[in-house]
Amino acid sequence: MQHHQGAHADAAIRIDEDSGRFGVARSSYTDPHLHAAEMEAIFARCWLFVGHDSELPKPNDFVARSVAGRPVIFLRDRDGTVRCLLNICPHRGAQVCRQKKGSAKLFSCIYHGWAFENTGRVISIAEAETYHPSFNDRSCNVGANDLVAVPRFESYRGLWFLNFDRQAGSLHDYLGGAREYIDIVMDQADEGMRVVGEVQEYSARANWKLLAENSTDILHVVTLHPTYLDLVKTNSAGTMVRGKVLGKSIDLGNGHAVVEREASYGRPIAKWMPMWGEEARVEIDAIFARLVARYGEERAMRMATCARNLLIFPNLVINDIMSVTLRTFQPAAVDYMEVSVWAIAPGEEFGKPALARRLTNFLEFLGPGGFATPDDIEALESCQRAFAASREAPWNDLSKGLGRAPDPTDELPQRTFWLQWRDRLMQREL
Amino acid sequence: MAVLETLTRPEVEDFLILEASLLNEWRLEEWRALFTQDCSYLVPNMNGDPYAPPDASLYLIADDGHHLTERVKRLGKKTAHAEFPRSRTRRLISNVRFLARSPAQVKVESSFITYRAAQGVTDTFYGRHEYCIVEQAGGLRIHEKRTILDMEALRPQGRLSIIV
Repeated sequence: MQHHQGAHADAAIRIDEDSGRFGVARSSYTDPHLHAAEMEAIFARCWLFVGHDSELPKPNDFVARSVAGRPVIFLRDRDGTVRCLLNICPHRGAQVCRQKKGSAKLFSCIYHGWAFENTGRVISIAEAETYHPSFNDRSCNVGANDLVAVPRFESYRGLWFLNFDRQAGSLHDYLGGAREYIDIVMDQADEGMRVVGEVQEYSARANWKLLAENSTDILHVVTLHPTYLDLVKTNSAGTMVRGKVLGKSIDLGNGHAVVEREASYGRPIAKWMPMWGEEARVEIDAIFARLVARYGEERAMRMATCARNLLIFPNLVINDIMSVTLRTFQPAAVDYMEVSVWAIAPGEEFGKPALARRLTNFLEFLGPGGFATPDDIEALESCQRAFAASREAPWNDLSKGLGRAPDPTDELPQRTFWLQWRDRLMQREL
Repeated sequence: MAVLETLTRPEVEDFLILEASLLNEWRLEEWRALFTQDCSYLVPNMNGDPYAPPDASLYLIADDGHHLTERVKRLGKKTAHAEFPRSRTRRLISNVRFLARSPAQVKVESSFITYRAAQGVTDTFYGRHEYCIVEQAGGLRIHEKRTILDMEALRPQGRLSIIV
């Protein structure tokens, strides 16, 4: 089965350098067997984003969520250690945590009452005296009655990832070239980045890979999002009008890619626009001066005036655009994904007008009620519906910019994604 | 403030039915005119406190008057792709009651179900609307509309491209 799907994945990508063509078989978005193979070869092997450090500000805080379909509890235990436990009772399998978030020193199962510390350690088993003596003896059972932690759980700059493959290499090595771009986002904060409010949860009736492609796709902005560009034009009193996009697309290795280019909109760090008023201009000038003092003119300019769309393979997007968002998407079926979105902001903005500007900028574009994201969802769902014609019209085209120094609107990030997808499914040495 | 002082529930229901019908019929500029210039239209994140301040918490929609005007402009364009071709919508409102009254404003709540049909799929949105209504030029105007969704997440609806 694995071998067969690997062969299918190999055939799913057609590259013809001579005619400058890069094609992806549309069946790759619709084949349920490939979906099952992806869940093994990609979602059970890659580092997957779980949550941000700041979602768990205090000991005993927890958030229950789903990662690659598995229910997990992302928590800070009584000693302050961040953990990720599978949300399944070792006894008969009920979810031991049934609230989305909160604070708990203990989790006790509603079914038969087994109870656990938030370290995962079992502290109570119903009618324990009726079991064989060694059943309850920790020296014999090596934690067999404890909650099961995810096999690997590591963090980088406040971002926590799990890996269901115990043999996987480190998160640090996995992120590789993407670390530089995570750094340039996180370095914008003096007091660390913090999640603002709660996660937005929405969905799309489309294959998850369509959103992976879309999140680093700059080509579509002019055609899919003219109503957003109109809004920016109005808000900037006509001073921000989209012209040629200057910047670059980069293959960061391991399937990760970034597009970094000059922003065509106001940025909370740190590009002023007229609607924000003169008072904000003073604040933004001060933020910029701080960046220059800390990182030098060149890096400060890059941080302040460039936008970046970063995809961490397979399903984490960090978009540092008109606002900063973290986005994951879980494939729930071959043609349906669940999307979760966080807004993050520098700790020092909390309680200040800067945070309001950042949130307004966020909602103008992003999220299910924004002026742009609903149109992205429409486009993705439109692709998925049209893929019903794949037998007669079998290929998607991702050739733009093939064989030249990539421009920000080229399809290099999408090709990077698909080559990693193919290699993972073929289980090549990586 | 004569209108507000004597406002009855049937009268405010008539007003809310008019509002729903303008949305059902995509008469969005007329709908915008039911609001004050400096209004707000809020849809809080269903994962959080529905009354959290929108300048310090992530909403789904937190339009001020300017952004609501721009949202209406957007939805009037053929390039608002999520709503062109326009979806078919039907808003049912019920359980209307006053939450608070003062000489300057009344607070009113309704329960709603909104159906949206497009591209072969029908989605349902449900929850409650909370209005702050004031009097202007002898008529009622909405100063704030807060739509509190009861769904756990926008799944499978996926988007709030209409004004529910």
